[in-house]
Amino acid sequence: MSEQPMPDWTVGAEAIVYQCCAACGNLQYFRRSFCCICGAPDPVEKRANGQGTIYATSLVCRAATAETRAHVPYNIVLVDTEEGFRMMGHGSNDLCIGDKVKARFARFADRLIPYFERAV
Amino acid sequence: MSFVTGVGLTPYGRHEGSSSLDLMSKAAELAITDAGLKRHQIDGVLCGYSTVSPHIMLATVFAEHFGIRPAYAHAVQVGGATGLAMTMLAHHLVEAGVVQHVLVVAGENRLTGQSRDASILALAQVGDPHYEVPLGPTIPAYYGLVASRYMHEYGVTQEDLAEFAVLMRTHALSHPGAQFNDPITVADIMASKPVALPLKLLDCCPVSDGGAAFVVSREATSDMRVRVLGCAQAHTHQHVTAAPALSELGAEIAIARAKQQAGVGMSDVRYAAVYDSFTITLAMLLEDLGLAARGEAASRVRSGYFSRNGEMPLNTHGGLLSYGHCGVGGAMAHLVETHLQMTGRAGNRQVRDASIALLHGDGGVLSSHVSMFLERVR
Repeated sequence: MSEQPMPDWTVGAEAIVYQCCAACGNLQYFRRSFCCICGAPDPVEKRANGQGTIYATSLVCRAATAETRAHVPYNIVLVDTEEGFRMMGHGSNDLCIGDKVKARFARFADRLIPYFERAV
Repeated sequence: MSFVTGVGLTPYGRHEGSSSLDLMSKAAELAITDAGLKRHQIDGVLCGYSTVSPHIMLATVFAEHFGIRPAYAHAVQVGGATGLAMTMLAHHLVEAGVVQHVLVVAGENRLTGQSRDASILALAQVGDPHYEVPLGPTIPAYYGLVASRYMHEYGVTQEDLAEFAVLMRTHALSHPGAQFNDPITVADIMASKPVALPLKLLDCCPVSDGGAAFVVSREATSDMRVRVLGCAQAHTHQHVTAAPALSELGAEIAIARAKQQAGVGMSDVRYAAVYDSFTITLAMLLEDLGLAARGEAASRVRSGYFSRNGEMPLNTHGGLLSYGHCGVGGAMAHLVETHLQMTGRAGNRQVRDASIALLHGDGGVLSSHVSMFLERVR
C-alpha cells in the first residue's frame, strides 16, 4: 500500500475503516492492498460513520475461553453499514434484524471492539 | 468410470485411548476388506485433517503407520466438505488412470483427545483472525447468524428447526454405532441450553471420536456396483461477513453443476445424504438443493417425507446431529450409510429403493460445497 493504513478497531483505535476502489468503486471491509473485484492496487481507505442496519444476530451463551466467558451472553451482529459494506460487531442483546444502529466502542476480552446500539 | 467399492465406519462417540491414526486405521481396514482388496493393492491415499493431531503431511504419516506405500497421497482440507471433496478427487484420479484404488480415510479422537473448549476454539478459527475472531464468535454463532437471517426471510421458526434434530435422533435409534440413542422431542430441543441463539444445544451436532473410510476404484471389485454419476463444487466465500445473499449460496450452484454432469434431475433421486452440522444447515441445504421448497423443509419432515419409509429417506444413520461428528469423518459416515443402503446392507434401517442417491457436503460457514450423485449399477 502506498499510504500508511488508517488505524481502526482491529489495532485498538476507535474507528471503523473500509476501503474503496478508485477504479471500479467496489467497497471492501477486510483490508487488502488491492481491490478484490477488479484487482486495481491501493484502494482508498475511508472512515465509516458507524451507522447501519442489523442484517443478522446471534446471542452467544456458550463461549470457549475464560476471557470471553466473563462476557456471556453477548450478541454477535452483522451490520450493513450506511456506506454499503457488511461488518461483524457486538450489539445490545435486544437488537432485531432491520434495526437502525450506531456504533460505539467497548472493551471485550482485553480488546476494543465495535458495539452497536439502536439509533435514536 | 469410478466405483465406491468398499466402506468402513467405526461407532461414533467415545473411543478412550484411541489416537486419530488408530481410528483412521480401523476404518481403513474395514473399507479395504469390504472392497475385497488387500492393503498392498491400495495405490492412492487421500486423507482429511485432525485438529487433535495437526500435521503438514498427514497422508504419508498415515500411510507409514498403516503400512502401505502409495503412488499418490496427500491430505485435503475443506472443512465439512472434505469427505466429498476427497471422493470427487478420487473419482477423477481413477478416471484419469493415475491410480487404481484410492483409499479415502479420516478419523479423529476429537472428543477424548482434547477439551471441548479446545475443539470450539479450533473450529472458531475458520473466522477472520482480524475482523471476526477477536469478537469471540464460535461456529454455532456463525451458523446462528445465518439462522437468524434465514428465519427472518423465510418465516422459519425455532420449532421448525427442532424437527430436524428429532428426525436425526429417530434415525440414530436404529443404528448401534450412533453416539446418541435416547429419543428426543421438539420440546426437549426447545428446552435445551442456549448455545448461540437461535441455536440451542440440541440444534448442534456433538463432538465425537470416530473414523470413516472408503475405497474408490476404477472397476467394481464385487457385485456391489455403486458408481459416481457426477459431482461438482462451488466456493463463494470463506467468512460469514463476506457471504453472499441467502439466494446466492454455493449449494445451489454446486447442485446445478452436478446435475448437469450426472445427467439426472431431482426426480431421479431416491435417497439423500445431506450435511447437518446444525439443524439450520440441514434446513437450508435441503431447500437450496431443491429437496423442499423455500421454508417448507420442516413441514416435509413432519409429514414423514424424509423418514426411512418416506419418499426421500435422509441420513438414515442419524447424521452429524445424532450419529456424531468427528471432523472430516463426520460427513463421510453419510456416504458409508448411503453405500449400505444402495447395496441392500442397511439391515433394520434398509429403505425400499436407494438406486440413485444425492450427497451434499458443506464446509466453513456454507462456504465450500460439494454435490455428488451415486448410482447402483445392476
